[in-house]
Amino acid sequence: MIGIEHYVVVSSILFVLGVLGIFLNRKNVIIILMAIELILLAVNLNLVAFSAFLHDLTGQIFAMFVLTVAAGEAAIGLAILVSYFRSRGTIAVDSVDRLKG
Amino acid sequence: MDFAASLSLIVPELVLSVSSLVLLLAAAWMGDKASQLISTIACVVLAVCFVLVAPSVCAGVSGPDTLAFGGQFHADAFAGFAKLMIYAASGATILVAPAFFGRIGAMRAEFPVLVLLAVVGMSVMVSAGDLIAFYIGLELNSLASYVLAAFLRSDTRSSEAGLKYFVLGALASGILLFGMSLVYGFTGTTDFDGIHLALSNGLPTGAMFGLVFVLAGLAFKISAVPFHMWTPDVYEGAPTPVTTFFASAPKVASVALTARVAMEMFGSEVDAWRPIVIFAALASIIVGAVGAIGQSNIKRLLAYSSINNIGFLLIGLAAATAAGVSAMLVYLAIYVVMTVGSFVVVLMMKDENGQQIEGIADLAGLSRTRPVLAWCFMIQLFSLAGIPPLFGFWGKFVVFWAAVDAGLFALAVLGIAASVISAFYYIKIVKIMFFDEPADTIRGESDWVHWALLAICTVLISPFGFLLTAWLGNLADQAAAALFLLA
Repeated sequence: MIGIEHYVVVSSILFVLGVLGIFLNRKNVIIILMAIELILLAVNLNLVAFSAFLHDLTGQIFAMFVLTVAAGEAAIGLAILVSYFRSRGTIAVDSVDRLKG
Repeated sequence: MDFAASLSLIVPELVLSVSSLVLLLAAAWMGDKASQLISTIACVVLAVCFVLVAPSVCAGVSGPDTLAFGGQFHADAFAGFAKLMIYAASGATILVAPAFFGRIGAMRAEFPVLVLLAVVGMSVMVSAGDLIAFYIGLELNSLASYVLAAFLRSDTRSSEAGLKYFVLGALASGILLFGMSLVYGFTGTTDFDGIHLALSNGLPTGAMFGLVFVLAGLAFKISAVPFHMWTPDVYEGAPTPVTTFFASAPKVASVALTARVAMEMFGSEVDAWRPIVIFAALASIIVGAVGAIGQSNIKRLLAYSSINNIGFLLIGLAAATAAGVSAMLVYLAIYVVMTVGSFVVVLMMKDENGQQIEGIADLAGLSRTRPVLAWCFMIQLFSLAGIPPLFGFWGKFVVFWAAVDAGLFALAVLGIAASVISAFYYIKIVKIMFFDEPADTIRGESDWVHWALLAICTVLISPFGFLLTAWLGNLADQAAAALFLLA
């Protein structure tokens, strides 16, 4: 029998993978965008699982909002990335170092 | 409460969102030559919303009559107080921007529209009574802010600031959201009051994790230590009017939201979150003070100064009493004035070609070359340091008073000791301005709007500001009381 704890464990693992993806990746900013999506999807899994478990629709509505915002966030992230690429000519993570101190 | 009554409570937000969409169409239709017109209209809209919200703050409204849409939206005096500050600070941002962007030919009609959209988000944030409204408001504000940080598309530093802000901001939203999902799962509701009731029988471990994650996400938004690392980079890289905005309005919104989350949602769990807030407060004060010492860029220094000030605000929150929240609101109002004033001075630092200057060394001997500017900046800095005859002192005083009243003596003593460290670097700038040999690089003429704003901010935080203490304290008390209805 698959209980709520299995869902929470899977979503926690996905969440940790997403956070690690942001911090361990030294190559490409696009991978960071993918890691952010992974985090948001982990949250959605959590919300939907809780919603089914509690017999309460709010969690699924919340997941819909999260999906919508995630789409907007990805669009803005890619737009900023394009503008960054135009001015620097690279999107390597190590090149993001003009501001320091 | 019926639908019409709910709608009547969100009139300021409706005005803001409809006018921002109309202005967005106008911006797309008429192009960048209409940016002056659109900026003016945006300021008028903010002024109208200010007037719409003001009566509810003066009357100190709270209770069931202020709940719209089944408690998802709280139009109480607390939200109103924060909204007044947000509208004022955003209006100031829109006013100072044209002179800055116009000189480099980068003024775009979208700028005031993006600021208005961020203001809608902040309005929803401070009024949120439900996790979904909380998240939507926060994201609307954040998404507009990411674009604003990267507004100077041709400037590498601005793009980089936008990119850094986006990546770390999205991570913070993810952490916050994960916390929200846990809180929802372990309490079975997304309503703040419902969560309060569900948790009053004890805090399940899962909800405890949720609480920590939510507070961590909020700490990022208010740039409290240990989630402050983006602040100096973003403040330095973003165009100065945008930095003025970041340091004022979104700070107000996030701090007000943090207070509402702590008091309404986790009001029965004060013992669980108080150690976290106390740690963040002390760490912010110390990191903000020590980090600023070696800086050579004035915007970076002011970024550390804002981290430092967030620490003092959190001391008011750590008291977890109505007096503490009221003190926090008073401090917040004074902080916004001081911050806008100091960033206007930064905007006025220009060389003879009108090129913006950001080095602290360029301020040397300013008292001899530009005495009025130097004196105004000195007043802002002394006020930020909390030196007595100025109004900034009052903010620190009420916050520490509330902490002592709540029995947090050690926190108050450590906070006062650490504020001495931060006085060091403010006084160092004053020393550079008044006693060093003139560098004489700051020669550019400033716009009259900048002078007018600087004059207003300087008068407000000068000793004349103390005439306002009774009135401001009264409004803040009423506003804070709106958060303590369930307790």
